Amino acid sequence: MVKRYGFPLLMILLLTAGAPALAATPLPDIPKAIKGEQCVEDTGFMRRNHMTLLEHQRDDTVQRGIRSKKHSLKHCFTCHVVKDDDGQPVTAEDPRHFCRACHDYAAVQVDCWQCHVSTPEPSATSVKGVQP
Amino acid sequence: MKPTTFREISGDSTGYWALLGLLGLIIAAGLGAAWYMEHNGHWVTGMNNQIVWGMPHVFAVFLIVAASGALNVASMASVFGRTAFKPLSRLSGLLAIALLAGGLMVLVLDLGRPDRLIMAMMNLNFMSIFAWNIILYNGFFVIVAVYLWTLMERRGNRFTKSAGLFAFLWRLILTLGTGSIFGFLVARQAYDAAIMAPLFIALSLSFGLAIFMLVLFASYRGCGRPLGDDMIIRMQRLLGLFVVAALLFVIAYHLTNLYAAEHRDVERFILDGNNVYSGLFWVGYVLLGSLIPMAIAWFAPFRASLGWASTAAVLVVTGGMAMIYVIIIGGQAYPLQLFPGKEVSSSFFDGVVSPYTPSLAETLLGIGGVGVALAIVVVGIRLLKFLPLSLEDAKVDPHYKADKV
Amino acid sequence: MSNKKAMSGNQIDRYRRRFLAQSAAIAGAATLGGGLVLTRVAHARPADQAVNSDKRWGLLIDAGKCANDCDECVKACEMEHGWGRGSSDEQHSSPEQKAQWIRKVTVRDRTTGHETSLPMMCQHCAYPPCVDVCPTGASMKRDDGIVQVDKHRCIGCRYCMMACPYKARSFIHEDLHAQKTESPRGKGTVESCNLCVNRVDRGENPACADACPEKAILFGDLKDANSEIARRLASEPSTEIRGDLRLDLGVRYQGI
Repeated sequence: MVKRYGFPLLMILLLTAGAPALAATPLPDIPKAIKGEQCVEDTGFMRRNHMTLLEHQRDDTVQRGIRSKKHSLKHCFTCHVVKDDDGQPVTAEDPRHFCRACHDYAAVQVDCWQCHVSTPEPSATSVKGVQP
Repeated sequence: MKPTTFREISGDSTGYWALLGLLGLIIAAGLGAAWYMEHNGHWVTGMNNQIVWGMPHVFAVFLIVAASGALNVASMASVFGRTAFKPLSRLSGLLAIALLAGGLMVLVLDLGRPDRLIMAMMNLNFMSIFAWNIILYNGFFVIVAVYLWTLMERRGNRFTKSAGLFAFLWRLILTLGTGSIFGFLVARQAYDAAIMAPLFIALSLSFGLAIFMLVLFASYRGCGRPLGDDMIIRMQRLLGLFVVAALLFVIAYHLTNLYAAEHRDVERFILDGNNVYSGLFWVGYVLLGSLIPMAIAWFAPFRASLGWASTAAVLVVTGGMAMIYVIIIGGQAYPLQLFPGKEVSSSFFDGVVSPYTPSLAETLLGIGGVGVALAIVVVGIRLLKFLPLSLEDAKVDPHYKADKV
Repeated sequence: MSNKKAMSGNQIDRYRRRFLAQSAAIAGAATLGGGLVLTRVAHARPADQAVNSDKRWGLLIDAGKCANDCDECVKACEMEHGWGRGSSDEQHSSPEQKAQWIRKVTVRDRTTGHETSLPMMCQHCAYPPCVDVCPTGASMKRDDGIVQVDKHRCIGCRYCMMACPYKARSFIHEDLHAQKTESPRGKGTVESCNLCVNRVDRGENPACADACPEKAILFGDLKDANSEIARRLASEPSTEIRGDLRLDLGVRYQGI
């Protein structure tokens, strides 16, 4: 009897015991954008395709000089900012950072922050000097 | 003549495992050094924005150049019809693959972003000789592997001749490509010369044969397999010939430069400078790496001695490393000529000779590459039939007569 | 998988088209509006438009005006791109290892002893050796003549540094943390003067040109016969550094 039904029984036992654990798997706590209700594209689209958009924009900007704001990495941080207790935006070195929230959860490591700044620009750059 | 019998080495002695253990340690040290360099960044090395290529590149270029040269022993038989070299073809192919693998490992692990290598291989810029080299090096692995298959597999035997010829042509182009890495650099006084490509081919012949001799002698000694005197003499003489060939190209290169007034300063720096490069050139390359091995090759007292032949090979390797060091580091140490004929100075070390002190890490990485190459050979000859059971003269030379020596 | 990719590609194209249409409408309105204020906008390329080879950006540097002890151009570059005095990074790197995008070079005639001081940076060659040798195409020339490194593709082999006759390139030897938003740079890649591509794309001058107190650095379009730089180059003598290499430089000098 035990020999015959032991294994399925064990599986059922394990599954029922495991179900609550599965349901309780924590979802990433995604920080809310500081302004606006709508991202540059649908939220679902962004979740699936932000990397494609960023990669396109990256090549367009560096190689062809296209600097439209919409899909630029810099533009993400005008809204997606997480501030620390002192009201300062946290960098990607902080696990609370917008990108980190999901990327840590999904265990996907990105290579952006070796070179790029992960916080909004401190202020608008000077508009001194005009091309002849 | 009976066909040569090839046999794996038994590889169950303490010595074998000790050697493998030692090579393992060397490789581990090299990989550890690479991790340390990548983790911290290149500030932990002696390389900088003035000397951008350092010790890893000396080792890598030496190993890659030697790899193509090591294949020459096989080409002696398959292309030039010297049947006495036929039994050595398999080891020659294995060593060529091993040296190239070791050299490439060093080159790749020194990159600033080795993690991006795969991506780099998918976006090749065909104006770049580097990109061509990526193809040439990978192709070399495939072609030599196919060549080895035709040697070791009965069904492939009938293709040996054509595979050998193709491998020989490929290795010539490969070394042209390696030499052209420097030949195509218009910016630097010491490079920017078409002769760099054939010079590297000439150097490859002696480097490759020297390493081949050392590996062959060591494995035959270690396994107690017989090695005939004629074989040693043959290799000694061939090494002497290759050393002369390389030296002639080096002489032609420097004479041409000395003739042109614009290059006199850089020549004075390399040949007559109060610096490490002049010392390495004259003592390392010319005296130790060329003249003494030539004497060993041709003077009777040194003939047919395993000891002297090994000494010559060690000296050629030492001199070869010195020469590559002079070419790579010396060529960069000499300042760029922004304003020919004028003196320049700046906060970025313009107009001054850049010092270079290799760090332990980058040197260990280079030695790790040598470890990888040797480990591939040591494991290879135990797993597959690379080495002939005997290299006695009577077994390799159809015209051998016992009373000749 | 590939289906998904194609879909997202189409979607991007759609957004792009819409965006192009919108900006075309705005540009049209601006042209109709006309007026002095808008001449600047007309000069600057719209943000969503690719650069093209109708322009070739360049510099004309008058070494005769360049003071020996002045390094305002260097300082401006450091602040703009966040290297040298403009950054708290590169603490581990030795002076030989630290990045330098632009430097002041003193040239002394061996016979006469005459000294000239001049700023030295990437010369933005029309036939750049660094672009030729780069195995991955990271070292690149934009259609408007600006030579730069696409750091996304750079594997840090440093062959471009071997190839550059001007020692204009630097390798980053350690982790960086204090980059500028508009000038991303990081460990293990090569970088150099990019003619302030970020400012030029906005219709501004490179930082060095703006900073020079003597107005010795003139920036402009070499292909536009009416630009000041083209007019001066046509009417006044100028030289290329290592002109013997025939690289057709975008940076030209006077007074050397």
